[in-house]
Amino acid sequence: MDDLKDVILEYVIAEYGDEDDKITYDTPLISGGLVDSFSMVSLKRFLEVKYKIAIPDADASPEAFDSVHKIAELVRRFTA
Amino acid sequence: MPAASPSRSPSWNNEARGSSVSNIGSFDERVRTFDWSIAERELEYTAGSGINIGWYCADRICAKGGAQKLALLWENAQGEEKRFTYDDVRVYSNAVGAFLRRLGVERGDRVCLFMDKVPELYIGAVGVLKIGAIAQPLFSAFGDESLHVRLENAGTSVIVTQRKHASKVRKILDRLPQLRHVVIVDHDGARALKEREVAFRMEAERVETLDLCPTTAESPSLLHYTSGTTGMPKGVQHVHYSLVSQYLTAKWVLDLTEKDIYWCTADPGWVTKTSYGIIAPWSLGVTQVVLDAGFSAEAWYRLIEKYRVTVWYSAPTAIRSLMKAGDELVKQFDLSSLRHLISVGEPLNAEAVVWSERVFGLAFHDSYWQTETGSIVISNYPGLPIKAGSMGKPFPGVTAGLLDVQTFEPITAPGVVGVIALRPDWPAMMRGYWQNEATYQAKFKNGWYMPGDRARLDREGYFWFVGRDDDVINTAGHLVSPFEVESALLEHPAVAESAVVSKPDPINMEVVKAFVALKPGFSPSDELELDIMNFIRKKLSPLAMPQAIEYVASLPKTRSGKIMRRLLHAKEWGEDLGDTSTIEND
Repeated sequence: MDDLKDVILEYVIAEYGDEDDKITYDTPLISGGLVDSFSMVSLKRFLEVKYKIAIPDADASPEAFDSVHKIAELVRRFTA
Repeated sequence: MPAASPSRSPSWNNEARGSSVSNIGSFDERVRTFDWSIAERELEYTAGSGINIGWYCADRICAKGGAQKLALLWENAQGEEKRFTYDDVRVYSNAVGAFLRRLGVERGDRVCLFMDKVPELYIGAVGVLKIGAIAQPLFSAFGDESLHVRLENAGTSVIVTQRKHASKVRKILDRLPQLRHVVIVDHDGARALKEREVAFRMEAERVETLDLCPTTAESPSLLHYTSGTTGMPKGVQHVHYSLVSQYLTAKWVLDLTEKDIYWCTADPGWVTKTSYGIIAPWSLGVTQVVLDAGFSAEAWYRLIEKYRVTVWYSAPTAIRSLMKAGDELVKQFDLSSLRHLISVGEPLNAEAVVWSERVFGLAFHDSYWQTETGSIVISNYPGLPIKAGSMGKPFPGVTAGLLDVQTFEPITAPGVVGVIALRPDWPAMMRGYWQNEATYQAKFKNGWYMPGDRARLDREGYFWFVGRDDDVINTAGHLVSPFEVESALLEHPAVAESAVVSKPDPINMEVVKAFVALKPGFSPSDELELDIMNFIRKKLSPLAMPQAIEYVASLPKTRSGKIMRRLLHAKEWGEDLGDTSTIEND
């Protein structure tokens, strides 16, 4: 069980998913059109609030937010 | 508009263009000799006869030998691909039209198209227009409240949507008694259809014939919603005669020919996609590509390489995002097919023009227009020198100028800032705001239409964008009404009052910022900020979501109690606060 990834996955499903989406750790979020660049700002804010971190804009790229797996990696970099 | 008789012709192919001469040729000569009848003749339209955009976008191309030519190359994020010939567009748009008629849709009824970039949207719009109904495209990321006000205002009788967006419609169905049917284009039977829902599979049947509605030049065609400073969104009414403008501007500004592979990256909920992602390319018999996926620089370059895209119409926000992705990525793809690049939506900064010239060997040409104008009115043109950062010159046949911001008298001196003004006499100019005559009339002064932007002119007659003439926020090329966001914020349980302004953003040009005063019992916190952001995102849209929230004890107001948004805007942009003598002193 990966707590960090599960927390992020649960949040993404609740906030950005719909009844037909089957979102997993590796589902493309940005390039797949589930989370647009504007909504990515609220996702980044969630991570910052939840994990009490500050993610610089330079690190908040569409690629870094493109899956729950990648987002978890990003968060780990700032919480380590 | 006779019945179509599809046949193959060798002239309808996508062989590389053999000549470097642009469609427009000499810009100055075009200005000198211009007449809209040029387009009418090419479209074989004569004043007073029938004109139906839907027929022009499919049946006419087939009748002229283009039936087997590809009209649409579509793929999505999952890698699914579909190809539609012009004959496919013809028979499937017939199917859409016939189905809507069976549902009782009549001429003049509003049919909302609320979908992602799926083929049903593009071909569906053609079908709606063929039966004389009014197509009402809406941005599929709209939240339920944004959707509700637009459907209610338009009195929409049918909405065509996808399973994934149906839940938003269900939430507001009780408040929309006039909405008779909710058409689901991808119903898979896994869940039962709900109240007023009906399933429709566009490709289930090829419908060879459809009685075309005998629309004429002034028959309503499209209803696009746009935001203003005050009040609810306005429905911009267009007519079938708009085709004449859209056809010729696409030919002269986008330089489209039947040999091109064209990609317009706009979202189908906005006017760019209907004018230049459906009507213009298809009336010209052009093959276009559509990528139904979120933004990814790599995926975009891959698409251009894969389909050998030749003409690319995009937006400054996307171009800046590509710049951010870096030059090295560009080198990994063969983009040599590109021959003409155009941009729209917001002012194109000079850096983006210089960058595109360096990495693609081609400069993006900025074009300027808006929902109300229906087609490009000011632009840079093939063959005309580009002044990086400039909007360009008025399209031949469009009279554009600047008016003094106080007196509304014309400005001719170079370098002086004024409001952009247009003589409203080109074919695609809006015919009104839906049931809002007063607001429509307020857009005109002394016979000029004012789009709401400020600019200055240089000595060569190029326009240079300065800024909006009102409080509307242009984020990534989409207009957001501060009033609409402020109204929605008041529905949040913690918000006592708010003021919404734009904030500079390096990618999106502007983003939404909200100043919020909380109700007693609520304290500022990061968690509350996130809650407010998500509240607006779901209620209105991700575009309208404040990307920054600043808690304030109270908002600056005039003595009469009006919130001084101007002061907050000036603060965000580092501008002079101006006259503050009317501010209320507590």
